[in-house]
This record gives sequence, structure tokens and C-alpha cells, in this order.
Amino acid sequence: MAEAAVETAAAPWALLAAVLLGALALGAACLDGVLAACAEGVPARVGLRAPVARTAALLRQRRRTTVAADGLLQRAGGGGLVVAALLMVAVVPLGGHALADLPAGVVWFNAMDVLVWALVWLAGWGGDSALALVGGYRFLAQALAYELPLMFALTAPAVAAGSLRVADVAAAQDGLWHVVWMPVAFAVYCAGVVAFSVQGPFAPPAGLDLAGGVLTEASGADRLLLQAGRYALLAAGAAFAVPLFLGGGAGPLLPGWAWVLLKAGLLLAALVVLRRRVPAVRPDRFLEAGWLVLLPAVLLQLLVVAVVVVGRG
Amino acid sequence: MSVPTDLGAAVGVAFWGLAVVAVAAGVAVFRVDSMARATYALAVSFVAVGAALLLVGLDYVGLVVVLMMVMEMAVMGVYMVMLMGMNPALMPMSMVHSGRRAAVLAAGTFVVLAAGALLVPWPERRGAPAPDTVAALGTALMESTMLVMLVVSPVMVATIVAGVALAVPRGRYDRLGDDLRRRPADDPQPGGVGR
Repeated sequence: MAEAAVETAAAPWALLAAVLLGALALGAACLDGVLAACAEGVPARVGLRAPVARTAALLRQRRRTTVAADGLLQRAGGGGLVVAALLMVAVVPLGGHALADLPAGVVWFNAMDVLVWALVWLAGWGGDSALALVGGYRFLAQALAYELPLMFALTAPAVAAGSLRVADVAAAQDGLWHVVWMPVAFAVYCAGVVAFSVQGPFAPPAGLDLAGGVLTEASGADRLLLQAGRYALLAAGAAFAVPLFLGGGAGPLLPGWAWVLLKAGLLLAALVVLRRRVPAVRPDRFLEAGWLVLLPAVLLQLLVVAVVVVGRG
Repeated sequence: MSVPTDLGAAVGVAFWGLAVVAVAAGVAVFRVDSMARATYALAVSFVAVGAALLLVGLDYVGLVVVLMMVMEMAVMGVYMVMLMGMNPALMPMSMVHSGRRAAVLAAGTFVVLAAGALLVPWPERRGAPAPDTVAALGTALMESTMLVMLVVSPVMVATIVAGVALAVPRGRYDRLGDDLRRRPADDPQPGGVGR
């Protein structure tokens, strides 16, 4: 298969990538605020500015700490989520340019989402508090359930394209988007994205029944970074779905980069709306569902994709 | 991944920087006093090794090292708290024991290996590196030894299944009754699909 042309963007463009990711994440948080306000009967504009107000409040909040907290690990875990999200979008091509055009970009994304295992657990561990630690373990239990289905969901488009390079996967869907003929892989991928960003049905690691779980002992800027990291991960997952399943920058009239942003924004909005409508999943129950339902389903999807690829020659 | 020549020096610096990080984090594993710090110091060491592999052009292998090792350390964190008696994992503790014997052993091993490295007459390099090192590695592993792999993997799977069957505290007869007909199963922790 011909290699899709992608230029490696110069290092300063990483700032633009960070700004765009931040804008997407903030947009998702604002949308969530509006939805929450509507559900509670509060004026929508209150919900719209809630994330900004919360950010300002957290930036001014004095950091409190527990007696034997492991500050280094706690900060590494809390601050690392944003970094992992930024590293994820580094391989997403934006209209013929990518920050890193890696030959194994799909595996890169996978490695970054595995980093979240460590980061969330460290955020829970570092506070030296029982509820936060339980939250960290909840996340690992959940991760054991979603990670393998997510890995095979990432594999399906790569198999169809015959390449692990993100630009090749995007170029391989000329005419027919992967989401159309591998819907199961797309659905499992979206579930995985919501799960590794600890959101919606997969939010119990930061659940209210644990007084905030991994968030319990995080305050001030630490808490802000954790919360922002969750939205940044959701945004990065939505952005990565564009080259993988949604045809990359393909679309009429608008330039490629605009289509990538538009598709990422729409998918992100859909994820934010959908995750409010699904009840929380208990991590211990989700383990069985992940291994007995999601994994076989996505493996069958992969089989279909492989047969199609072999049949196509 | 082909490295542009004008980046050569920067890549060299990055490689040695990563090497120092890998060794320093490896040393930290035994110097820190908390299981969590030791575990994740080891993870940092492996991530540095994975990044160094990326620099020498082994993209896939480097990324898989990062992926596998971080996952492994996260799971190890679960086991260390679950299985250690009296849960010292939650308290400050030394990461070494039998200090003097360990130091003698380590020094001896180092002397033997270093002497070997210096004294053995190493053969001259024959041939050139393959253009695609990952593919060459795959061929070397899979082509001539494929039959061995095919024989070994069922044995390994059988070993895993037998090990789990022997170790599991509650088997299917406990869950489903003597005639395996009880539905739903009697589980202390019910699963999500209602078996």
C-alpha cells in the first residue's frame, strides 16, 4: 500500500496541539456543565461557566495534605494524565502534518493509554488515604476489563490498513470509513476511551460513594490537573478516533485539518452526552462483562476484518 | 524510523541521557523505602529503556517494552499489597535484605562479568545489520524455530490451565453444584453477565 504523505511538524507547533487539545477538553467540560444545569433546572449559562469558575476556585485553593502522603507519586499521577493525553494527540495527523509520524503510531497510542493505569493508581496511592487507594484499585480492576478489548479494537483498523502508521490507517479508508464496516470495534474503542478517562459509567474509581475515590485527597492545582486530565484524555481519545475510524481529514469543502477538528469535536460531544445517560458500572461486574462479552465480540469483529482483507487480496 | 543526520548529535545526547535515567532509576529501586516507589522506579527504568529502543529505530519493540512494563508494574502493585503478610507494602520498609552477602555476590558477579567482557577474544563483526531490524528479528524468531514454538505453546497453555485449576479456591462444582446445573451460579462476588 502506498505511504500516505505526512510531514512532521516543527517542535513549536506542539504548543498549538496543546491549545487545541485544551480547547476541546474545556468545550467538553462546558457541555457537561450545561447538561448538568439543564438536568437540575439551573440556567444553562451557570452550567456553561461552571468549569471556568471551578478552575479559578481550585487555582486559589490552598493545597492540603495528609500526614504521610507520598507527594512525589501523588503529583506524578495527577499531573501525568494531561501529559499522557498530549502524547496521544502527538501522533494524530492534522491536515497533512503530525507532531510525530511514527511507523507504529497505533501502538504508541496504546502505550500511552496503558500509562493511565499507573497514573490513576499513583494518584490514589499517593494521598495515603484508604478511600483514595480503593479508588486506585477500582481503576485497575476496570482497566483489566477494558484494556484487552480496547487493544483488539485498535488492531482492527490497523489490520484493514495493513499498517500501524496512523496516516496510513487514515488514508486506507478512502471512500468507506472504518466505522461503517467495523462498528463493533468502534463501539468498544469508544467504551475504552470513556473508561481510561474515568468518566460516566466508568467513573466509580472517582465515585461519590468513595468520597471522590482517587480525587479524595487531591486539592488545589493537583485536583485541577486530575480533573482536566480526565477531560483531556476523553478529548485525545476522540481525536485519535478520527484517523482510525472516521476517515481522517476526508470531507467536502473544508480543508483536512478543519474536518479532523470538527469530527473530533462531534465525537467528543457525543461521548459527553452519551456517558451521562449510562448508569455507573461496578468494576467487579464489568470485569466479567469485559472478558465474556466485549472481548469475544471484538475478536469476531477482527476475524471479519481479517477475512475481508485476505479476500480483497 | 530513519533519523535525520542533523539530529545525530541530539539523538546521541538523548540516548545517553536515557541510559543514565534507566540505570539511576534501577538503583533507586533498592534505595527507596516504599514498595510503591520501588515498583514505579522500576517502571521508569523500563520506560527509559523503551525510549532508548525508539531512538535506535526499534519503534515497535520500544513501544511494546513501555506498554508491557507499565502494565506489569501496575498489576504488580496490586499483588504486592494483596499478598504480602501484615501488609508491609503500606508502610516504609527496606527494599534489601542480607546486605553484606548481597554486596559480596553483586561485586563478585560484576568482577566475573567485567573480566569476561574484557578478556574474551570477541569475534569480528561479519555481515551488516538488516535494513528492517524488526522484520529480521521476527524471521529469526519465527522461521527456523516455528516448530519449537508450535510445540511449546500448547504445553505452556496446558501448564497455565493446570496451574489455575490446582490453585483456584472455588471450582465450577462449588459455583454450579455437583451436577453443574445450578443457575445462577453461587458466587461470593456475582459477575456482570449473570452466569
